[in-house]
Amino acid sequence: MNIMTEKTLEQAVSSQMSAQTNEVIKMRGDKVTVHYGEKQALFDVNLDIRQNQVTALIGPSGCGKSTFLRCLNRMNDTIDSAKVGGKITLDSEDIYDPKIDVVELRARVGMVFQKPNPFPKSIYENVAYGPRIHGLAKNKAEMDRIVESSLQKAAIWNEVKDRLGEPGTGLSGGQQQRLCIARAIAVSPEVILMDEPCSALDPIATAKVEELIDELRQNYTIVIVTHSMQQAARVSQRTAMFHLGYLVEEGATDKMFTNPDDKRTQDYITGRFG
Amino acid sequence: MSSMLVLAIILVIGIVAFVIARQRAASHNDGKVKPHSRAHYHGWWAFLLGVLPAVLFLAVWSIGASVYLNSHLHSQMPADTGVASEPLAVSLTKSLANGLRKLDAQQVAALPATFAELQPLLNAKGVALATDTQDYMIPIAAEANRMTDRLGLMGAIATIALALAGAFYGISQVQPRARARNNVERLMLWGLLGASTIAILTTIGIVLSMLFQTLNFFNRVPPLQFFFGTVWDPRFAAAGAGASEGQFGLIPLLAGTLYIALVALLVAVPIGLMSAVYMAEYAAPKVRAAVKPALELLAGIPTIVYGIFALVTLGPFLRDLSAALAGGTSFIQAQSILTAGLVMGVMLIPVVSSLSDDIITAVPRAMRDGSLGLGATRSETIKRVILPAALPGIVGAILLTASRAIGETMIVVLAAGVAARLTLNPFEAMTTITVKIVNQLTGDLEFNSPQTLVAFALGITLFALTLVMNIVALYIVRKYREQYE
Repeated sequence: MNIMTEKTLEQAVSSQMSAQTNEVIKMRGDKVTVHYGEKQALFDVNLDIRQNQVTALIGPSGCGKSTFLRCLNRMNDTIDSAKVGGKITLDSEDIYDPKIDVVELRARVGMVFQKPNPFPKSIYENVAYGPRIHGLAKNKAEMDRIVESSLQKAAIWNEVKDRLGEPGTGLSGGQQQRLCIARAIAVSPEVILMDEPCSALDPIATAKVEELIDELRQNYTIVIVTHSMQQAARVSQRTAMFHLGYLVEEGATDKMFTNPDDKRTQDYITGRFG
Repeated sequence: MSSMLVLAIILVIGIVAFVIARQRAASHNDGKVKPHSRAHYHGWWAFLLGVLPAVLFLAVWSIGASVYLNSHLHSQMPADTGVASEPLAVSLTKSLANGLRKLDAQQVAALPATFAELQPLLNAKGVALATDTQDYMIPIAAEANRMTDRLGLMGAIATIALALAGAFYGISQVQPRARARNNVERLMLWGLLGASTIAILTTIGIVLSMLFQTLNFFNRVPPLQFFFGTVWDPRFAAAGAGASEGQFGLIPLLAGTLYIALVALLVAVPIGLMSAVYMAEYAAPKVRAAVKPALELLAGIPTIVYGIFALVTLGPFLRDLSAALAGGTSFIQAQSILTAGLVMGVMLIPVVSSLSDDIITAVPRAMRDGSLGLGATRSETIKRVILPAALPGIVGAILLTASRAIGETMIVVLAAGVAARLTLNPFEAMTTITVKIVNQLTGDLEFNSPQTLVAFALGITLFALTLVMNIVALYIVRKYREQYE
């Protein structure tokens, strides 16, 4: 593996150190199962999501990684045939508890989708959408501030500050995806879920989004599904490998990519299947 | 020889050509040269070459023959025809010629010279002719029959010869590298083009036929009086009386049309839209599978049935209800704008809901997910994302619905009455353009009077109105389609 350079080794050491000092579990999946109708898509997945870290979910197509991600903010609820079992907690609270309001949950656990999906509204309105629904801004000035800071955090402010009134759909693919990230940030979530956020982007746009993900880690907990092993290695601190609905292995990214415990992980990251 | 027989012969020639050409093409396939087209394309090409030119020729020949015969008959008519007009004399001669066909060969050979003698013979064969058929027409009619036969035979022979020539040419064209497939497909293209042109040509024909009568009408009644007149009182067209006595004001009819359409839309749009939202966003698949077809079934009910419902049930009910509310006198008439609008609105609900449902379902799932993922509720998502995204399409759907409301006739006749009045009170009777068109064109009328011709002016006004609405609707719908790409 040529990604095993000096630099990644250094990163490995430093991230392991930080892992020892800062080990807050933000979300925890406990024996999570998902059925789509008759078909079982996820089998007894136990996975911890650590605060202020990027957790990458990898695995071949159809392995259940996106399904697990969508359980974390209950987006599976929108699919009629989906049934979720087991227990998922956010700050030790069961998110499938009937007392939990799914709308509040999704405000705390935001989501960025595979294909950039800005609303057919202006750039400003796209970002203001979430805060407006949740009543986060008392007046126009406050809303302006939220929009600006969200766009700044999503590293797109300089590109769009002069054309906030133009439709979000008119931006390039990479800009649209960063706009969608800004939109997710605007409701100040604690966790951001990203479902293959770069798969529809070109390499330059991908690099920008990856850079952004690394910065966002300071303030948010991030879970990212990716098809690209290089991306997982570049942006994440923890990696979880899924296969056929099972969690095969989970651990520090550097260890996963250099010395995985499971043969399937080894085969997948060296490109023998997937 | 009858045209049917000729057509059958041509068809047989075509089929034979198809079989031979296909056989020949198949035998060419010896593996040395790769054939350009498959064998059945060669067959079809030979078939088309045999049949198409022959059929076209037969059609042209038949038309030409009848035109020629007509002009021949006109030239044979004496100066004093003995009946009201020359065209009448020609048509009498033609019916006589048709009658003579029923007689057998012997009788035709010895035709009596006078109609008085001929009539019993014809009556015996069950042919009834007008009594003012003149004696001089008998030889002309007999001659015309002989001429028709001669022309028909010539045409049939020429047609069959053409079919044979085409078929032989087609068969001789079969070569391994001949492009039979391209030829057949080009012809197909022309056929499809022709089919799509027919609808357009018919529309143009309809417009033109109305246009000339409309111009005729405007010669008698000034357009200003028609378009801006506020009184509709066409009177009756009495024979010989001064024609343009009535008043032909469009305004009361136009107002009635738009008013009733407005009431109908006020009923249909909110209900239809909400049912579409329910169906597209909330309904479980099972419910949707049951309710959607049921709702669309409503669109298949003939409008006259809705009209009957309005006339015998809803109208009297509203009248009695208003009487009960007002304590004695009813303020809603049995036939009123309200009744017509309500029933028409119910008729239009499935149209609105079906069109809007398609448009709402077409909003990409990514939009919904994006909004729900930000913590929006379903109704917030619908209000703030889906409906705005679908709005242009919905506006288009509403305009399409509106043009249906404007063109509706039967419900209005039965539910709103035929009184052309200008009123703002929805509880009174009013009438629409379509109703008046029917009114002016039914019954015994003199065709060439403004009372009748006004129907064409009304028709063309209505046509223009709905055309503009449809164009605007299509424009908006098309613009909407481009939005997600």
